[in-house]
Amino acid sequence: MYGNAYIDPNEKANLILAEEDPQKLAEFEARIDRGEKIEPKDWMPKEYRKQLIRMIEQHAHSEIIGALPEGTWITRAPGFKRKLALMAKVQDEVGHAQLLYSAAETLGKSREAMINDLITGKSKYSNVFNYPAFTWADACVIAWLIDAGAIINQVANAKGSYGPYCRALDRICTEESFHLKYGHDNVVTLATGSSIQRDMVQGALIRWWPPIMHFFGPSDKISQHTEILMKWKVKMASNDDMRQQFLDMYVPKIWDLGLSIPDPLLKKNTATNKWEYTEPDWDEFKRVINGDGPCNAERLAVRRHAEEHGRWVREALNNVGSKYIVPLA
Amino acid sequence: MNQTSSEAIKELLYKMADDLLIIGHRNSEWTGLGPILEEDISFSSMAQDKIGQAQALYQLLNDLGEQEPDTVAFTRNANQFHNAQLVELPNGEYDFSLVRHFLYDHADQLRFEALANSSYEPLAKVARKVKGELKYHVFHANTWMVKLGSANEESHNRMQAAFNEAWNYALGMFEKSSFEDQLIAEGVFEGEETLQEKWLANITPYLIKAGIEIPASTSWNPVFGGRIGNHTANLSPLVEEMSEVFRFDPTAEW
Repeated sequence: MYGNAYIDPNEKANLILAEEDPQKLAEFEARIDRGEKIEPKDWMPKEYRKQLIRMIEQHAHSEIIGALPEGTWITRAPGFKRKLALMAKVQDEVGHAQLLYSAAETLGKSREAMINDLITGKSKYSNVFNYPAFTWADACVIAWLIDAGAIINQVANAKGSYGPYCRALDRICTEESFHLKYGHDNVVTLATGSSIQRDMVQGALIRWWPPIMHFFGPSDKISQHTEILMKWKVKMASNDDMRQQFLDMYVPKIWDLGLSIPDPLLKKNTATNKWEYTEPDWDEFKRVINGDGPCNAERLAVRRHAEEHGRWVREALNNVGSKYIVPLA
Repeated sequence: MNQTSSEAIKELLYKMADDLLIIGHRNSEWTGLGPILEEDISFSSMAQDKIGQAQALYQLLNDLGEQEPDTVAFTRNANQFHNAQLVELPNGEYDFSLVRHFLYDHADQLRFEALANSSYEPLAKVARKVKGELKYHVFHANTWMVKLGSANEESHNRMQAAFNEAWNYALGMFEKSSFEDQLIAEGVFEGEETLQEKWLANITPYLIKAGIEIPASTSWNPVFGGRIGNHTANLSPLVEEMSEVFRFDPTAEW
């Protein structure tokens, strides 16, 4: 599951573009306009490659980091049905990371280099995973609404221009649609269950609403430099459009369950046909994405631990064909 | 089936189901933490199989008059579990988890292969399905055992040390039941002694390929007790964690 690529507002895409061969660039853009897919060995502008690597890599990192808050609840899931389903769901997420790292590798960056950039904090991952899943209900709300948001983003990006990423996304979206059903079923069970269960899920929704609103990225008003990415079909929908789509699809479902959303301004303006809401706290978003969220340090520490403790296994695998013989005493 | 047979079968089912539930739980703890993504995914697959197999066996117990699978799995205390101590030990590093997986799954595969011909047909039916799944678990374990046992000095030393640590616990899997003779006589199960012999014969060629040595038999000291509810201090926190949410409201639908 994944939100939207975080674009550093200080990047100077247009300067880099000036170095490209204008004819090749024009042919490349014409192919994209015709709806053709760009494949790994095709010519592409440096900036296209760079932005795609950044985006697919962020997506892949989000899948493995996203396995952590939900993974915590595998060992606590109540009953066989939930335990089995949650294991399968989180396994899917790790599988998505595998697919995505492979897609990004077609652009020339190795999985190892990407994971190194993750654990050193150089590359980002979806901000939502820097928040804790306090209760079982948090894991259920994540599975429903965060995955719902991810589907909106990924269905859009699956129509993008880079072949390997689109194909990975097609498969990912199919699996995510099961996650969505799983999450929805969990939330319905809690919302229609005992008063303890209801309180649990309402509490989780209150905690998760701000990260969900952040999920699609900063408002178009403050998000810069996306024009060229939209033109190249790297980014397929604007942050605000996706947020609107999410609200349209899920707010009525949440309200149907009798749950309240912690935003007094949230309503659909029938004249504009758009949702109105309290502007999310984008300062907090930036603070968290730059490392100062409730779980940033913990998430990276867990990942670093896994990398360090698994190094000997990877080194042993690299020893293709060699066989260690225990020396005779 | 007479009363004694029923008790004997229940005991057999409990120990197998509890082994599967606990090892499945331990396998699932690798989620997000594997040394490579592919192994993260493998341990998760095996965990799902184990937990599903445990559920099938608890269902057989339910058919024999025990409580619902969820109640049995999620509301008992540690001393009511009949798993071997091997499966409750913490995952440790990847070396220990792999060695345990190798030792446990070889035994489990043979156990289910034998039970596929059990005179207790409901169990034989489950066993025929389960043994097909276990084939892949054993294949996975063999591949890694041989690879890491012989890849380089560090991996070899790690695997041998983990093997030495696990060995007596692994022998503890074959703790005999008080109904042993009856189960054998009635053709329900071939018995732990036969199983252990077959197990040794099966694991030995892979250990030779891996360059891993089995401790001298004079030093073997099986860790028994798990089958009668004696456990290490590791099981209680595991069971508490596993049942944490369920126990909030055991009557609720989750």
